[in-house]
Amino acid sequence: MINLNVNGQTQPLEVTPETPLLYALRDHLKLNGAKYGCGMGQCGACTVLVDGRPVFSCLFPVSSVGTREVRTLESLGTTERPGPLQQAFIDHQAVQCGYCIAGMIMRAQALLEQVARPTEQQIREHMAPNLCRCGTHKRILAAIRQVADKGQRLNAGALKERA
Amino acid sequence: MKPADAPVDKSRRAFLAGSGFMVSFALFGSWRALAGETNTLGATILAPDLPGDLKIDPILDSWIKIDAQGVTVCSGKVELGTGVRTALWQIAADQLAMPLDKFKFVTADTALTPDEGYTAGSHSMADGGTAIYHAAIQVRQMLLEAAAAKLGVPTKSLMLRDGIILSGDGRQMTYEEAAQGVNLHQQAKSVSPQGDPSAYRYIGHSIPRVDIPAKVTGGTAYVQDLRLDGMLHARVVRPPNASAQLKEIDTRAIETMRGVVKVVRDGNFLAVLAEHEWEAIQAMRALRERAQWQLTQTYPTNDTIHAVLKTLPERLYVTTRENNGPVKQVLSNASAASISAPASPTRSLAMTKQYVLHGSIGPSCAVAVFRNDMLTVWTHSQGVFPLRAGIAELLGLPKENVRCIHAEGAGCYGHNGADDAACDAAVLAYRTPNRPVRVQWMRDQEAGWEPLGPAMLTEINAVTDAHGKLQSWHHALWSTPHNSRIVNAGRLIPATLLAHPAAPASPAPIPQPEGDADRNAVPLYRIPSVRVDMHFVTDMPFRTSAMRSLGAYINVTTIEGMMDDLAEQFGEDPVAYRLQHLDDPRARDVIQRAANRFGWNLATPLPEGHGIGFAFSQYKNLMGYCAIALEVKLDKAARSVRIVRVVAAVDCGQIVSPDGLTNQIEGGIVQSSSWTLYEQALVGENGVQSVDWSSYPIARFPHIPAAIEVELIDRPGAPFLGAAEIAQAPTAAALINAIKRVVGWRPLHLPVARQDSPIFA
Ligand code: FES
Ligand code: FES
Repeated sequence: MINLNVNGQTQPLEVTPETPLLYALRDHLKLNGAKYGCGMGQCGACTVLVDGRPVFSCLFPVSSVGTREVRTLESLGTTERPGPLQQAFIDHQAVQCGYCIAGMIMRAQALLEQVARPTEQQIREHMAPNLCRCGTHKRILAAIRQVADKGQRLNAGALKERA
Repeated sequence: MKPADAPVDKSRRAFLAGSGFMVSFALFGSWRALAGETNTLGATILAPDLPGDLKIDPILDSWIKIDAQGVTVCSGKVELGTGVRTALWQIAADQLAMPLDKFKFVTADTALTPDEGYTAGSHSMADGGTAIYHAAIQVRQMLLEAAAAKLGVPTKSLMLRDGIILSGDGRQMTYEEAAQGVNLHQQAKSVSPQGDPSAYRYIGHSIPRVDIPAKVTGGTAYVQDLRLDGMLHARVVRPPNASAQLKEIDTRAIETMRGVVKVVRDGNFLAVLAEHEWEAIQAMRALRERAQWQLTQTYPTNDTIHAVLKTLPERLYVTTRENNGPVKQVLSNASAASISAPASPTRSLAMTKQYVLHGSIGPSCAVAVFRNDMLTVWTHSQGVFPLRAGIAELLGLPKENVRCIHAEGAGCYGHNGADDAACDAAVLAYRTPNRPVRVQWMRDQEAGWEPLGPAMLTEINAVTDAHGKLQSWHHALWSTPHNSRIVNAGRLIPATLLAHPAAPASPAPIPQPEGDADRNAVPLYRIPSVRVDMHFVTDMPFRTSAMRSLGAYINVTTIEGMMDDLAEQFGEDPVAYRLQHLDDPRARDVIQRAANRFGWNLATPLPEGHGIGFAFSQYKNLMGYCAIALEVKLDKAARSVRIVRVVAAVDCGQIVSPDGLTNQIEGGIVQSSSWTLYEQALVGENGVQSVDWSSYPIARFPHIPAAIEVELIDRPGAPFLGAAEIAQAPTAAALINAIKRVVGWRPLHLPVARQDSPIFA
């Protein structure tokens, strides 16, 4: 039994310690936000935040999470009330198949919580671990810039405030 | 010609494939199908005179159903990440004069929707969109007439607003009320009432895609997200290559692993089912470690494959075009050796392309359950009907007892592992009644077992007059099939691994004018004599199948390279040289628009290491037009090529969603630049060696073009044309043409910018 703090709630899970966080989130907590892409830390589809840092959940054992807070795409908003970055992706229609997008949003969220107004090059370098096969990059960059250009760091506690 | 209702049991393709003799038929600009024939997407033509896919399902209520619950529009086409679901929905909404959210839209379910074959080949808008366009307005007209009769007023006096029929006297009627007593189970007419484009609220407008909100918030959006009650997680263990044989394996230790429900072994088919996903993965790994395989065959390598292709068994298809008339294709019984290129060509150009991966970001996945004699499969297949037929054949079930329902996966870009994973799930669910089974392929399985995009060789010999005017053109190409879709059970990988395997149907190319490996090999340019020899290699060292744009990708790259080289040889500007050889006004338009917007001028001085390139094609010579102009920056020290700026001009007929179209073109440009610069599946003596993103690198954010501009040309009233495949070939061609201007010689072997590429020397 392992206690995991996910999206502001601590939950006991029947998983073995080496279980990658990805499967705890998807299979046990039934969250769709983190996607399986490669299982090898090469594509970023599975990106979630652990204490505000982007991690590859496909490689991150649940036992290493400890009491740190895990945040997934679901923490940023809902279809009815999307968060600022989610809204920017909708505004720019920054999706083709969308399979990579959950990971893209989470990695961008981490940057925008840290840096108020990242440059284009900063954004591109920060996003480099995440792959998109559809070629949606230009729109993904535009969506991130829409939020970045507001010049304010994103609020890490957005979920709790809305709740 | 056969009478329209005569049963025909052989498709044109089967006929072509099976004949060893010279057969010949003319192909005219718009190829007219015959009743009973199969179209290029595997669906059967029933009513050749109807528009779009009404040809394959002419009954109105197959498309539009109205009951007490409201209106439901059905499409056999599926969302593959191109936004087509929203675009089709837009067409239905305007033609029904209903708001988008006032009716249901159902796609690709063998129990509910018309069989439109595969969602592929840029046919969805042209065929599926056209069918809905006509069916919807015909139904709307029937409803208006029924309402007029019920209200006792002339049809003309009725108005439509938000899906309500209004009469001048203030009475109104819903579509459901009007539909009572109306028989929609009847054949569509070949001519539809005129719609009113000025009343369109959706067609021509950038309507936000309906699937995006769930995708950006973690909703249930993909087959990967399905969680059925009691669902088991399955993993397969695949052989190291397609010819390896499983020696003995002791599975007892695995059966007792935590969570494992069972291990399935049947011939070379090996799988494990467990309660939880991580348990299934651990069991899969243990099983893989225990499995001992006998390797029975060695494979060509990246270095030898092109020479090997020229030695393998093949069929020769010859396509000719005389005096710019219709193209004619024959299956020749002449041996390849007896056909020679022109004796003294003005120029020759030969290129090669390596195998490539579709490389979906999400490896293939499917869920299936066998319950009460009914096998239901949720799949991201591009063709639920052909898949159902293949699965039913394999399991010996009547087709009616198999239902395939499309659920989205990651973008596939053609025939990837979707069907095979669905078959895995079907096989496992069939042996585990009453428990849903979810199969998720691992990354290395997707890379190693998806059908590859074929390796190819092209050779063009062109003859001009003394002034550079094109006189004759000979294009020879070698390739394994680009179309190994599911026409029988044996085309499904699991079926080939079982102890009693099914054999794949023998390969057959998609005929001209759409083409297969020879897609777009006939140049659109004015040339008195054109001949294309397709060496269709029937013996596949590696399974290959459809990947976006098929052979057009390298054919256009070679053609457009030749056009550039000839222009240079005769001191012409490459854009002007193309225009000199083009009559089609829409082709000329995209070329001029791209050149103007880009500011095309070879005389403009550029910084060191920069070069510009131009290219054009009309996809399949009968679909969307696309011209690309771009500037590259080559940095030898950093061993990198970057696109500084790219301009695309496109004409896809009447535009349904401008933003959706732009999104597809941007994606096509980025995807093709990745293919062209970096991508080759590593193959070696033991088979496919690319197993992940480090052995198959693709473009990442720092490699993406700095600026992409897309110019759209709208053609109101012209047929809808697809967009997802039109930019790939001209992008590759323009990129190579630009790199040539930087390095001074033409790179001939794709991909061109891997770390060891000679362009950095
Ligand atoms: S799935 Fe985790 S990095 Fe690819
Ligand atoms: S949108 Fe399809 S992989 Fe990025």
